[in-house]
Parts: sequence; structure tokens; C-alpha cells
Amino acid sequence: MSNGQNGAELRLVTPGMAIGPSAGMRVGSGALAQNDTIIATRLGWVKQLNNTVSVDPINSAYMPRSGDLIVATVAEVRNNLWFMNVNGPFQGLLPMSLAPWKVEFGAARQHMGIGDVVLARVQEVDECHNVVLTMKGVGLRRLNQGSIHSIPITHIDRLRGEGNATIQRLREACDCRIIVGENGRVWVDGDAEGMAWARQAIDLVHTSGHKKTFEAELSALENNAPKNGDA
Amino acid sequence: MGGYGDVQLLRDDGLRLDGRKLDEMRPVSIEAGILPAADGSAMVTHGLNVAVAAVYGPMEAHPRKIQRQDRAVIDVRYNMAPFSTSDRIRPGFNRRSREISKVTAEALESVVLVERYPRSKIRVEIEILAAEAGTRCAGITAAAVALADAGIPMRDLIVGVASGKVEDTVVLDLDKAEDNYGQADLPVGILPNTGEIAFLQMDGDLSPDEYNLAMEYNFKAAAEIHEIMVDALKRRYEGGEN
Repeated sequence: MSNGQNGAELRLVTPGMAIGPSAGMRVGSGALAQNDTIIATRLGWVKQLNNTVSVDPINSAYMPRSGDLIVATVAEVRNNLWFMNVNGPFQGLLPMSLAPWKVEFGAARQHMGIGDVVLARVQEVDECHNVVLTMKGVGLRRLNQGSIHSIPITHIDRLRGEGNATIQRLREACDCRIIVGENGRVWVDGDAEGMAWARQAIDLVHTSGHKKTFEAELSALENNAPKNGDA
Repeated sequence: MGGYGDVQLLRDDGLRLDGRKLDEMRPVSIEAGILPAADGSAMVTHGLNVAVAAVYGPMEAHPRKIQRQDRAVIDVRYNMAPFSTSDRIRPGFNRRSREISKVTAEALESVVLVERYPRSKIRVEIEILAAEAGTRCAGITAAAVALADAGIPMRDLIVGVASGKVEDTVVLDLDKAEDNYGQADLPVGILPNTGEIAFLQMDGDLSPDEYNLAMEYNFKAAAEIHEIMVDALKRRYEGGEN
């Protein structure tokens, strides 16, 4: 929690724990006002910014938002649409009109079947949490090769780094294409050695992404990167 | 319960057979995040009870007929491992495990902010690896820690704890002999920060005074267990800065 900390010490709270009085404060995400007190509803770090108190969760489910770039898998196929697993509580719906191909009614299975992986964008999320995806856009496509890894949603920023600096370092170290979906799925494609190393790096984000030692551990891993070994 | 009145459960010096005072709990230890594949998990050791809870989700609820349009459903499966007691337990669901799964789900639904995830499901698996009376309480405590570990929004944790009556005396946290030969058992699920009760069951008879004393013991024990739960969750993320 580097932003908006107001110089206060980081405080880890558990659900139900009192954060402070609610008078004059606004309640942000991960918190709840109850009897003049703000309580945490999640396990996470207290964050205070402009009189808004919130809790940055340590773990969280992916909640789709319009415009998110995600890595999704086909969960069900109908005549004219695909139901996609977006790694969240709700399935996404990809209608054939938003697919990148010209699909005839009843021919959806010929283009994508159950288990296929795609790079898609969230087109729309309504108030009932119906999620509509689109594959119309630059770079959106079916992912026919490479491997998929998962990281906690809360560690995505850690993997990307400031201004995508960390992910760029990883790309260069393993000489692989890496795409980080907002839904916590990471697509990696390259040679076998590079992908194996990228997997180690992603596992490190998974296990140590919340720790202060993360940067040091990542730097140590970078010393064993395939590109460094070749040099 | 109450069918073996001639079994001595209190010593002449007023202590219980295992040397505990009347209002003394068995030792409790909790570890969070023990299962890497689960979204959240916890192991609770309460006396000789060992309960492991794993949480998956929230996820799309299947089959669709179980979906609720305005909230998530909490699907709890409580199960005792065949090797959890000295007499082998037949594997699979039985009447008791169905009942405990149901009351646990209802207790958890009262604290989880289920309205945040309409049409979805949160799966909670509770496995009792070793049993010595009080497994439903250990299971609920483990489930609460696992839910918090999974990042599920909750308005409080739940602590499962029980008191009962042996030889006309109210005691806290019954062990196996006290549970089998005692006169009453009062397991409750307490929300430690608000003092609310999420579930309450009673087996046997208690007078109003005995009930009040048993609840007093339960609240005292819940506060102690809550500290251990918070400590377990904080310990898991020690050294973190997010």
C-alpha cells in the first residue's frame, strides 16, 4: 500500500475488526459502517485516502469491469454464443456477433470448443452481473499455443510493476511473450526453457508477491534467467 | 446424553477428569492457508479434534437451479474421515453430516456478505481428521478462518464453541467422556466482535441459570479463540506489505 497511506503504519485487519470511528469519514471498499464504527469486511491492509477508509484485500475474487483485458476459457457452447470462464463468480457471454469470425447460426462449435483459451475484453457488465465479452479489437484472438498460469488478483500490479517495468524485465529475461489478464490469468509463449523460467517467476509472484522480500527474490531469480545463462 | 448418570466425570477436588477447571478450554491452535490449491484454507486443532476447511469460489453456481438471483449460496460439506475415531466411520454422507453441513451453512450465511455475489456459489469443505467431541465447533471455526483467508467479504468471523452439564455442573468445552456421559451440550457459533449468535443447538436440559452460566463460559472462550484466529491470519501474511 504505497499510495494514500498518509504516513501511517500499515495495519493488517481481519473481518469484523474495528478500523476507527465513522464520523466524518467515508467508507470505501472492504469496509462497512456499523454503529458509528467502520469495520473491516476483508482480510487486508487498511488504506486511508482523502477521508475515505478502505481495506486493500490480500485475496479477492475477480469482479469483471467494462474494458478489462482478460484470458478466458470456453465453458459451454451454444448455437450462437459461448459461455466463458472468466476466473470469477460469474460466467461471461461471448455472442457470435462479437467474435472475430463470421459465424453462421449453429456453427459456433466449429470455431471454438470447450477448453479453448481466448484473449478477450469485457464489453459490458450490467447491474445483474451479466458479463458480455468481445473479441473484436486489436490483438484479441484465440490463444492456440503457450501456457496459462494463475496469480491472485491482488498481485497483478506486483507482476506488472510500475509502468509495466517488472513484466517487461521478465519478458526480456525469458524471451517470451507474456500477457497478464486483469482476471489473474497469465499467458506465456516462447521456447520451452523460457516458459519454464517464466513459470518460476510467476510462481514467485504467487507465493511472495505480498512480501517485502519479493524484489530481492525476483532479482535472484533473474540471475538464473535463460537469457543471462546464454550470455 | 444423560443416560449414564453413574459415571464419575468430576474429581473429588472439583476438577475434571483431564485436570481442567470447569471454565477451562482444551488447547486450541489454528493455521491458515495450509492448502495451496484452495482459494482459502485453515486447520484447527481443538484438544484432540483436527478440522481442515477449504474454501473455493465464489464461482458460478451449478446446477443452475440452486442459483439465487440476489445472493450467493454457501455450499458446505462437513465430513468425518473414516479414520477420525477409533471405530471406523463408514465413508460418505449420513444424517448427522447432512445436519451439521446445513447448520454450518446457515451460520456462515449470516456473516458472509452473500449479496455481493448474486447467482454464485461459495464452496466450503470441512474435513474432520480426528474427532474427540466438539467437531462441529472446530469445523465452523476452521471454515470462518478459511473464508477470511479466501478474501470473502464478511461482517465478522464466527467462533464455534460449546459448553455443557456434567454431574449437575456446568462446564466449558466438553471432551469425549463428558459429551458421551454428560447431561447437556450447548454448542454455539458466536460473532466475537458484535456478540451476536449465529447458531445455537442444545442437547439435554439446562435450567435458565445453567444456560446463562454456559453462555457466559461460551462467550469467554469465544474471545480467546478469536484472538487465536486473528493471530493465525496475521501470521500467514507476516512480512507482507501488499
